[in-house]
Amino acid sequence: MNIPQDKTGEGGIVITKLDDLLNWARLTSLFPMGFGLACCAIEMMGAYASGYDLDRFGIIPRASPRQSDVMIVAGTVTFKMADRVRRLYEQMPEPRYVISMGSCSNCGGPYWEHGYHVVKGVDRIIPVDVYVPGCPPRPEALIGGFLQLQEIIRKETIRAPRAVQQLMAKRAEQGQPVADADKPTETIHHSVIQS
Amino acid sequence: MSFEELRDFIADTFGPEVIQEVKDNKLQPYLVIQAERIAEVCLELHDNQSTYFDYLSSLTGIDNGPAAGTMEVVYNLYSIPYDHQLMLKVVVARNTTPEQPMPQVPTVTSVWRSADWHEREIFDMIGILFTDHPDMRRILCAADWEGHPLRKDYKQQDYYHSIKVPFDQHNELNGFKGEPQWLVGQPTPFSDKREKPE
Repeated sequence: MNIPQDKTGEGGIVITKLDDLLNWARLTSLFPMGFGLACCAIEMMGAYASGYDLDRFGIIPRASPRQSDVMIVAGTVTFKMADRVRRLYEQMPEPRYVISMGSCSNCGGPYWEHGYHVVKGVDRIIPVDVYVPGCPPRPEALIGGFLQLQEIIRKETIRAPRAVQQLMAKRAEQGQPVADADKPTETIHHSVIQS
Repeated sequence: MSFEELRDFIADTFGPEVIQEVKDNKLQPYLVIQAERIAEVCLELHDNQSTYFDYLSSLTGIDNGPAAGTMEVVYNLYSIPYDHQLMLKVVVARNTTPEQPMPQVPTVTSVWRSADWHEREIFDMIGILFTDHPDMRRILCAADWEGHPLRKDYKQQDYYHSIKVPFDQHNELNGFKGEPQWLVGQPTPFSDKREKPE
């Protein structure tokens, strides 16, 4: 019978950093919120389905924002939908991530000039971590976006949580007192991806 | 019934003054009906055994612009048993500023139930008020949207719920890839891209 001790001979103990363990757990079980806005959602559903099978990355759509880690903004964000998107984002627990899928939610897409009803980029409402270009993007591109997001999560650390960092930076910008302003700021940030 | 027979039928039933204009070219003939009497004309066309227009194919609005100063509502009627059709128009004066009262046309929802959402769409996009409509509110735009987008002189608002509406190189000025500006290091006109500037 193969038990770990026999295989490794090291007593079944694995030593790792807590950061790495948390990040590994987090990035291999990304639960996106199950919602789609337009034709990009069809490609998103294609990526979920057996042909591309996002389940093998641990990506399973959830029915509630309370249970979700990722919001995929798949499609045209109208101003009527903007309030709802913002509320759904606020209902998600930290840590939360946003993937903007397709030209419409990246920058307004074909509606950028004359589309009075379209928000010119979902980053005007909520902060976006990964932009997936395409109109609509192929499922491969969406998977690429998820892999990029996994790399972002892999670089996170619990010593400098992103939400707290953003709050501190905003306070410093507005001239409010920051608790550890004398310390040098951490260079780790979600949107800085070393390639 | 042919177009001429229908024209004579309406003129005989309601008097000749109800038809303001007859356009009988072969491509798409239509009658312009007095705006305040369109509902009773439609009801008679629907109920009468010889016309029996039981199907409202289309109901749309047209804005002719501030120069012409008019708006139109177009009714496309069809009779399934008789296989004949008729196009009616209503021309109303246009308001140029939001303070002036909107043009008003009687509703035909009591004749064809399908006119309900069509008239709400015309109200939303063009800005024509349908009197006695059971549920006259916007159907496509948000309830607190300003203006009627398909009007010729429509100016879109600058902000909706403090979200900037025009494109305005907004993303480029704020560093396109979504980096916060304290990382990008570019001077930006707005303190935060998600907030309305002072």
